[in-house]
Amino acid sequence: MRILHYWRALWGIIGRELWRFVKQKERFVSALVRPLVWLLIFAAGFRSALGIAISPPYDTYILYEVYITPGLIGMIQLFNGMQSSLAMVYDREMGSMRILMVAPLPRWFLLLGKLIAGTAVSVLQVYVFLAIAWFYDIQASWQGYGWLLPALLLSGLMLGALGLLLSSFIKQLENFAGVMNFVIFPLFFMSTALYPLWKIKESSTLLYNLARYNPFSQAVELCRFALYGQFNQDAFFYTLSAFVIFMAAAILGYNPSKGMMTRKGGA
Amino acid sequence: MSFTALSIENLSFSYSGKVALDQVGFSLESGACTLLLGPNGAGKSTLFALITRLYDTRSGRIELVGFDIKKQTRKALARLGVVFQQTTLDMDLSVMQNLRYHAALHGMSRRLANERIQLELERLNMYERRFEKIRQLNGGHRRRVEIARALLHKPALLLLDEPTVGLDVPSREAIVKYIHQLTVTENIAVLWASHLIDEVYPQDHLIVLHKGQIKASGPVNAILESTGADTINEAFLRLTQGENA
Repeated sequence: MRILHYWRALWGIIGRELWRFVKQKERFVSALVRPLVWLLIFAAGFRSALGIAISPPYDTYILYEVYITPGLIGMIQLFNGMQSSLAMVYDREMGSMRILMVAPLPRWFLLLGKLIAGTAVSVLQVYVFLAIAWFYDIQASWQGYGWLLPALLLSGLMLGALGLLLSSFIKQLENFAGVMNFVIFPLFFMSTALYPLWKIKESSTLLYNLARYNPFSQAVELCRFALYGQFNQDAFFYTLSAFVIFMAAAILGYNPSKGMMTRKGGA
Repeated sequence: MSFTALSIENLSFSYSGKVALDQVGFSLESGACTLLLGPNGAGKSTLFALITRLYDTRSGRIELVGFDIKKQTRKALARLGVVFQQTTLDMDLSVMQNLRYHAALHGMSRRLANERIQLELERLNMYERRFEKIRQLNGGHRRRVEIARALLHKPALLLLDEPTVGLDVPSREAIVKYIHQLTVTENIAVLWASHLIDEVYPQDHLIVLHKGQIKASGPVNAILESTGADTINEAFLRLTQGENA
């Protein structure tokens, strides 16, 4: 019976998140517009400036738009993860987080449920984006789209857990602008989303190392390889480890005995 | 049959050295409505946060229907219904969706959830509005939905944190009356934080909290007698503004 309780609660949390997402049309549109602007304008402009040599998983020369697409998939998930954490800070300030926290289930499960729900939303966004990109001639095989799903689930969970961790430290909604500047932008620009590692190495070794060990880079590479039907083992274990670490820290952050909650004076 | 719904012993809590609750202790029996009175900053919200386990109990003990909130958290929370001071409903979802979400968190099947939702909403004359978005409802109706939600899983203890703040007089009176009826019809214990004296019924119990300490606790008549006051308002003022307050 306990398993049934967990199952129903999980679907309750996912269902609520998906409904909210569908009802908030502006959120849906803006989640799509951002990567599309990068793809259709930025990437098109940079096509001539950046030449992408043959490097795995690609077996031929590719257009910059093709290279940047997995990076933009990562961008969707990164923003979604941060938006979910923003929503949690908002919910905490507005009080609706309390309803979740007083449910008779372990807190780690409730947080994981929120995370899975947020990831489900981001996966939906990614596939809609890829459908539009398909008409722009950025196409992968059907198997590639299929292999992408587990990669998206893991990368979405990892980035969502990072957001969750941040939300346990953020006192007020106003402080969230800092997260944009100090987390989202450095993670995105210091990664392989926009340029390959070897290209970064040509400019700076330090930047190369930062980009290489950036968990966002690993998530992007995991998705990039999956989209071409390949399994990037290093990226998989790196992303998985980052997820476990971020999630454990977030659970600790939301634990009433050990975390930040009592110091914040609210839940 | 009467039972102890809530038992609190030697509960203390402080924020960065500032004492919010100091050696608080009381118990609530089922079938009784207890009003927790206290001026702003008395420690009411802290007490509620500890009972709902949003804060950790560091000193003292809280038991809900015999379950220790710290050690048997899930069993204790399963018997607790809460209406928070701020609205905690999802504005973009319908009444039904909000209530189903709560039912899912309590592990109810869809069928049981629908039955309970119908029952609770009908009792509050809200069933006809079940498909309306929360955003379309007025403050009084939103409160009714929150009360229905808090009762869906048949709690033994209902916590209400100033649920009538900001409501017009008829809405307020309807909610006060309904909650008092619940103690009789459902045999639940109610702990109601308020600063509105007119919400107290003669048969109620009172707990007066001031500066983190319980200044008086017991049936209304007993408190009036012990303070030598004619009205609850007078008793409250003596307890919170007198020399010993």
